Amino acid sequence: MTRHEVRRDGLRDETPEREALIGAKGGRRPGRGGEMVPPAEFRSYYGRSVLKPPVWSARDIAGYLFLGGVAGGAALLAAGGDLTGRGSMRRAGRLISAGATGLGLAALIHDLGRPARFAHMLRVLKPTSPMSVGTWLLGGFGPLVGAAAAAELVGAATAAGVSGALPPSAGAAVRALGRSSGLAASLVAPALTTYTGVLIANTAVPLWHDAHRELPYLFGASALAGAGGLVAASTAVDEAGPARAAGIAGVLMEQALDRRIHKRLGMVAEPLDQGYPGRLMRASRLAGRAGAVLLAGSALRRSKALDVAGGLALAASSLLARFGYFHAGNASATDPRYTVVPQRERADRAGSVGAQHPADLGGGRGVRGEGQEPA
Amino acid sequence: MSDGLLEQPTGRQRMGFFTDTSICIGCKACEVACKEWNQVPDDGLSLLGMSYDNTGMLGADTWRHVAFIEQDRPLGRQNNSVTVMPTGPSGTASTAAVVAAGLGDKHGSMLGTQTGRVHPGPQPHATPDGHVSPGGRTELRWLMASDVCKHCTHAACLDVCPTGSLIRTEFGTVVVQEDICNGCGYCVPACPYGVIDRRERDGRVWKCTLCYDRMTDGQEPACAKACPTDSIQFGPLDELRERAARRVEQLHGVGMPEARLYGADPDDGVGGTGAFFLLLDEPEVYGFPPDPVVTTRDLPRMWRHAALAAAGVAATVLAAFVTGARR
Repeated sequence: MTRHEVRRDGLRDETPEREALIGAKGGRRPGRGGEMVPPAEFRSYYGRSVLKPPVWSARDIAGYLFLGGVAGGAALLAAGGDLTGRGSMRRAGRLISAGATGLGLAALIHDLGRPARFAHMLRVLKPTSPMSVGTWLLGGFGPLVGAAAAAELVGAATAAGVSGALPPSAGAAVRALGRSSGLAASLVAPALTTYTGVLIANTAVPLWHDAHRELPYLFGASALAGAGGLVAASTAVDEAGPARAAGIAGVLMEQALDRRIHKRLGMVAEPLDQGYPGRLMRASRLAGRAGAVLLAGSALRRSKALDVAGGLALAASSLLARFGYFHAGNASATDPRYTVVPQRERADRAGSVGAQHPADLGGGRGVRGEGQEPA
Repeated sequence: MSDGLLEQPTGRQRMGFFTDTSICIGCKACEVACKEWNQVPDDGLSLLGMSYDNTGMLGADTWRHVAFIEQDRPLGRQNNSVTVMPTGPSGTASTAAVVAAGLGDKHGSMLGTQTGRVHPGPQPHATPDGHVSPGGRTELRWLMASDVCKHCTHAACLDVCPTGSLIRTEFGTVVVQEDICNGCGYCVPACPYGVIDRRERDGRVWKCTLCYDRMTDGQEPACAKACPTDSIQFGPLDELRERAARRVEQLHGVGMPEARLYGADPDDGVGGTGAFFLLLDEPEVYGFPPDPVVTTRDLPRMWRHAALAAAGVAATVLAAFVTGARR
């Protein structure tokens, strides 16, 4: 307690109040303990979340995770179709890629708190911000794939002899422009399919951050499943082989990586199996398996119906997985268990926080395990 | 990765807060002073059922938040509740049950921005479930702590901001430039403490500025100015750290070995915080993460994985054209 006295001639032995010795008076032996709190697996402030979950809307951002993947994967398939003389695959790939890019950009801008300030993203390029890197990736990719898709449309209109379209002599120039921008887009495309994994892993959200080793691969594989499926569904049957192969490979790798995340993360991966995100992930796995089987069937029997059904199933699988990971991340951020338990274990191992107070103070340790009787 | 953005301002000292929770009396003057000075909008009135805490948690409209924790254990050597308190149990367990029911699945994660409501039902008969003194009464201590933005040395919010709206000031603090922020929301899940948040009607993110405007004028922040017990101490960070270390020793000496500093270690996962705390229990009890790590610490590794994965995607498509050509 403070020791100062007020005398006629002023203050004596002045001690600031911040030196107040709370708990110093009383007959108790120091460090006697006597703490007992109800046994619990972990402690928290009234069971409240430690983190703020993302403010992103699922439709916009989980939707973009899917669309960005489809855009990148379809651009790769379009380039491959172009180089191997698969005209219908090139056309489908370019149009799907451009459409997905446009929709994805719209979703990203719509999700901003101040959409009118979208251009502020272009003030800087920050390698520490995957969102900034992604903005610039999209800024490079969008015009290229847009030009390729425009060339496709102009080419189709010209071939059909639509009045007002370019004269046939310009066809070669349009094709060359389409090919060069399509190929240039395919150089950016792989990064577009995987950076979104870093985008969400680079947060404090326990599930996303802890899965940072796998998420770029998982999202890349999911992009191949989604793009492969959509391109296979909209390409001529005898040209769709590579799209089917990419889609099947993508969905198989995606499910293997998902199992790996479950195995490595342990309890932090729980939200992927529970509640709404759990249902989404189960549906994604089912759709993925069904799609892979249908497309494999089409590879053997050459059926447009199988291509469409299998392709759409793969795309649905990819979409459901993105929403599943998005919602599971939200759930892992809101429940303090996934923040506190792993961090407490880490801190206890390192002794960084726990080392500062002696063990006779059961308050810390006893609570998490079995209730500790006072000494 | 984050190191490139962390040059400390030259010429001026890094300023910060030392919040000594052992002398916090829970008056909430800091909350009020902060709201008044910074003209932070109201965030609803509600009764949360968490001791005297009806604020919830930090958020876009709550830049100081006083936590209240009731525990069935003594404070230091005091024989407090046994002889002085009129009645026995503090009801910790039953209170927790009521609060848990009211918070629901969202765990109150939006409190502080949209203050949630808790509707306590009839409480079961509270029984002393904690330590009971020989006199038949339970022990009680009441912890209070004023939480605030930590102004991390390695600040995740600042690192991930794609517009450059979040900046490091000449005082070493982290501030949002509201004329730049476009409300992308990336900083919100990036913060390991759940501090920064988006204001719904406004669309931008808001948080404590450590009263940048007052500091530029040589004034201490409003909360520190208003704190009647000096629980919130403002000053150059190195001085505060020294003072805090002495204070911990002082408390250890009077029978409170549980006193410990939180955020004062420059080697922790966020490089130490500009606002650090003296706590009387483990950090998670106050709603703090026990061992926060700035997410961008792992970012170089993530980029390497993304590059490898991109190469894998390209290779898979190539392989698909090689194998798929035959079908």
